[in-house]
Amino acid sequence: MIDKQINSVAQAVADIKDGSTIMIGGFGEAGSPIELIHALIDQGAKNLTVISNNTGSGHVGLAALIENKQVSKMICSFPKSANSTVFPELYKKGQIELELVPQGTLAERIRAGGAGIPAFYTATSVNTSLAEGKESREFDGQTFVMEHGIKADYSLVKCKAGDRYGNLIYNKTARNFGPIMCTAAETAIVQAEELLELGTIDPEQVVTPGIYVKRLIIVPNPATESQLVREDRRYP
Amino acid sequence: MTSKGIVEGWDRAQMAQRTALDIQDGAYVNLGIGIPEMVAGFVPEGREVIYHTENGLLGMGPTPEPGQENPELINAGKKPISAISGACYFHHADSFTMIRGRHIDVCVLGAMQVSKGGDLANWSTGAPDAIPAVGGAMDLVAGVKTIYVITQHTTKKGDPKIVENCTYPLTGKGVVNRIYTNLGVIDVNPDGLMLRELAPGITLEYIKDRTDAPLNIHPDLD
Repeated sequence: MIDKQINSVAQAVADIKDGSTIMIGGFGEAGSPIELIHALIDQGAKNLTVISNNTGSGHVGLAALIENKQVSKMICSFPKSANSTVFPELYKKGQIELELVPQGTLAERIRAGGAGIPAFYTATSVNTSLAEGKESREFDGQTFVMEHGIKADYSLVKCKAGDRYGNLIYNKTARNFGPIMCTAAETAIVQAEELLELGTIDPEQVVTPGIYVKRLIIVPNPATESQLVREDRRYP
Repeated sequence: MTSKGIVEGWDRAQMAQRTALDIQDGAYVNLGIGIPEMVAGFVPEGREVIYHTENGLLGMGPTPEPGQENPELINAGKKPISAISGACYFHHADSFTMIRGRHIDVCVLGAMQVSKGGDLANWSTGAPDAIPAVGGAMDLVAGVKTIYVITQHTTKKGDPKIVENCTYPLTGKGVVNRIYTNLGVIDVNPDGLMLRELAPGITLEYIKDRTDAPLNIHPDLD
């Protein structure tokens, strides 16, 4: 019988090793899998490369993972946002590496990684400092820069509901990077608010087909990052 | 319209209002953070425009009433928004397919500098201690069909933001189509910049003095 469900967030992240590459879903707080990130803080894996659009806020979630010195490199498009102080401070001290990627290029690199496409050409960043040192090529008289598909050992993703096959649906703009990160990781670990019986999700409405999901953990009432930040909470 | 602190020409809302006149019925539009966001409030009646937000929504609606905000329904500036009837959600690769695949008609962005050739600098000062952050700006200018820039004509210090060549790192080269400032409306044409309109009370000489690139003058203004 196929059952992707795992009983605890601790168990879901238990095998993540030092030096792993991890995609973490979310755009700002929307879609950020806080409970899985906190489980990874408890687990303690270090020297991680994290691929995520932002770098978290306050001292919880992704910001707390970075603050706990578990992340040696961030690959992201926008490492500073409101209430984001942890990454900027470490970056200024030279204690964390940054690979800055335009947001659409980041999304396409993840999509390509998940689709087995090693590289592609895009017009984004041509004639800018972010294209320096990259291979470029002309198609129909226009210059494009080559970007590599990107894969990860694990992805941590949050969604609204899933079934035991790992079919997922999301909530509004919290979908963002979740579906593509599920495809691009060797092991996609997903936290859902609700477990649904097989067949409850209309097959026409499934957003992430279960084949991409390895582990599903139900977190019925996930924390809201902005609320934790307002309460000045810290993790651990 | 003279000394510091007093509005010269159009104020922020008027700049947004003037820009909105150029957004056509049926357009798919992406609005940047700041003054560009205000454009949505001024689209003339009778035009139906669909707003795209790059974090995965087509059909972005206005800011919700207090108490109605949802942390999982936000815009690219991570502020609470609503979704209109007929809206749809999608993941990030689909969202940037709309942008990079030239499906979005108009993008309105802010600027630090725009050059006479339509180069845009709006993501980094290039200062060594700055935390670089680009977001979706480079994708938008590379992929959206028409790029409008709304910006104050000069910096707070009075330095021109419309220049011969950008000194800040580029977001894209030759990407801007039209510039709306507090002093007027300027097109970026293959042969250089063309002043199309002056804000009320602004003279040709006044705008030329505050522009660090040659301005051709539209025949209607001569």
